[in-house]
Amino acid sequence: MSNRVVITGQGAFCELGSTAAEVVTSMMNGDCAIGQMQFPDVERLSIQIGAQIKGYDPNKRFNRSEQVLYDPFTQYALIAAKEAIEQSGLMIDGELATQTGVVLGSAGGGLQTQNHSYKAVYEDGKNRVHPFVVPSIMMNAASSHVSMACGARGPCFTISSACASSNHAMGQAFQMVRSGATKIMLTGGSDSMLCFGGIKAWEGLRVLSPDGCRPFCETRNGMVQGEGAGVFVFENMEHAKARGAIILAEVAGFSMSADAADIVVPSQEGAARAMVGAVADAGLNADQIGYVNAHGTATFANDKIEAAALRTAFGEVVEGMAVSSTKSMHGHIMGGTGAIELLSCIAAVKDGVLAPTINLKSQDPCLNLDVVSNFAREQPVSAAISNAFAFGGLNAVISLKKFS
Amino acid sequence: MAVLEKVKNIIAEQALLMVDDVADAASLQDLGIDSLGVVEVIFAIEEEFDISVPFNANDPDASNFDVSSVQAISAAVQQLIEQQLG
Repeated sequence: MSNRVVITGQGAFCELGSTAAEVVTSMMNGDCAIGQMQFPDVERLSIQIGAQIKGYDPNKRFNRSEQVLYDPFTQYALIAAKEAIEQSGLMIDGELATQTGVVLGSAGGGLQTQNHSYKAVYEDGKNRVHPFVVPSIMMNAASSHVSMACGARGPCFTISSACASSNHAMGQAFQMVRSGATKIMLTGGSDSMLCFGGIKAWEGLRVLSPDGCRPFCETRNGMVQGEGAGVFVFENMEHAKARGAIILAEVAGFSMSADAADIVVPSQEGAARAMVGAVADAGLNADQIGYVNAHGTATFANDKIEAAALRTAFGEVVEGMAVSSTKSMHGHIMGGTGAIELLSCIAAVKDGVLAPTINLKSQDPCLNLDVVSNFAREQPVSAAISNAFAFGGLNAVISLKKFS
Repeated sequence: MAVLEKVKNIIAEQALLMVDDVADAASLQDLGIDSLGVVEVIFAIEEEFDISVPFNANDPDASNFDVSSVQAISAAVQQLIEQQLG
């Protein structure tokens, strides 16, 4: 049994915007959400920039008893999920509730709560931490709270595969609706790792940029972290049509692969195999892919290997594909990044507007890609792919089609 | 501030009530505090009074800490303060 899968709701929350529409508008304006981070001990970090969510007041969103249970990664996921469900117009109850699932991605889970609690017992010498630390930090906290908030009583779990978490989650959700296992999935991902411990750990790898995220640029010098969440409603197409839902795009295919090579260095072959797979799984030809939302971290290794992998996967056809890395604007949102980036693919196939790669002074000549540089481009696109290549050599690529 | 008053403040905050609405004889259940909420109240008491409360959420009745009413909690806290802080 194979069912077509469509997207009927989208929600997002990050420094680029507090709704999906705001995030997309900011992306198309080429806004940069990256700036000086603010949190305790930030002055002890050699890397002090990130796309940190500022001016967020949890009191306006959650009551006191909710706040003590919700780490920021859960709060962001709930905000995005609420928006997505509202947009979809779904009432999740009765039999439909058991046919509705939640699969979210996260790389760090409740890292803010861990950071704060370790500091309390080790640095501040406290002898107790808040009783809800365990239910706050667990990786499945966000998925579970989303299921509770919307009454989804079908399959619910969290996928953790570092930077590919939300692409793996959305791929899983897609396959569940396509197979008929569920009618509806709330899927995407969230992360909030911008705290002293989170960034201190990343500093050690020496892959963070001290001054900006410049994917594909010859001046690129590393990635920049961000935080936030993106959540979508993936729905059985017949179900969506029967209730007259507005359909944003069709989820057409998904593919994943493992490099089985190195824990941090990406492989051209593994990445190419996932891209080819995502196009084939959708029943598309490479020349139908008009837009690629690249993983594009702006590390020297990623961008070089990703460009080479695109050429391995698609040959000369890659020259007809517009490529961008929106991480230049929202930073690398880790387990939420694929979800935020899917917004740009939806905008590409739905509205024919391609999000730019900002901060691009001069493309690294060894990449040789058609990069959407600095300004959004109006160009009709019938299909798009979104790449995610994680530490651990885990590749997950999702393909979208314009719905017709 | 007397122990009872501080205990009432903690419970009122947890139950989202005014302090005056927290009766001495009320149980935590009466005030709408669920089992997870009880654990939070114990935590807040430990923080407020700098004591360690012997409370096992698996079997609250077997714990050597009476949580049957606001007054009972206050008395138990008073006892722990005397034992632990002398």
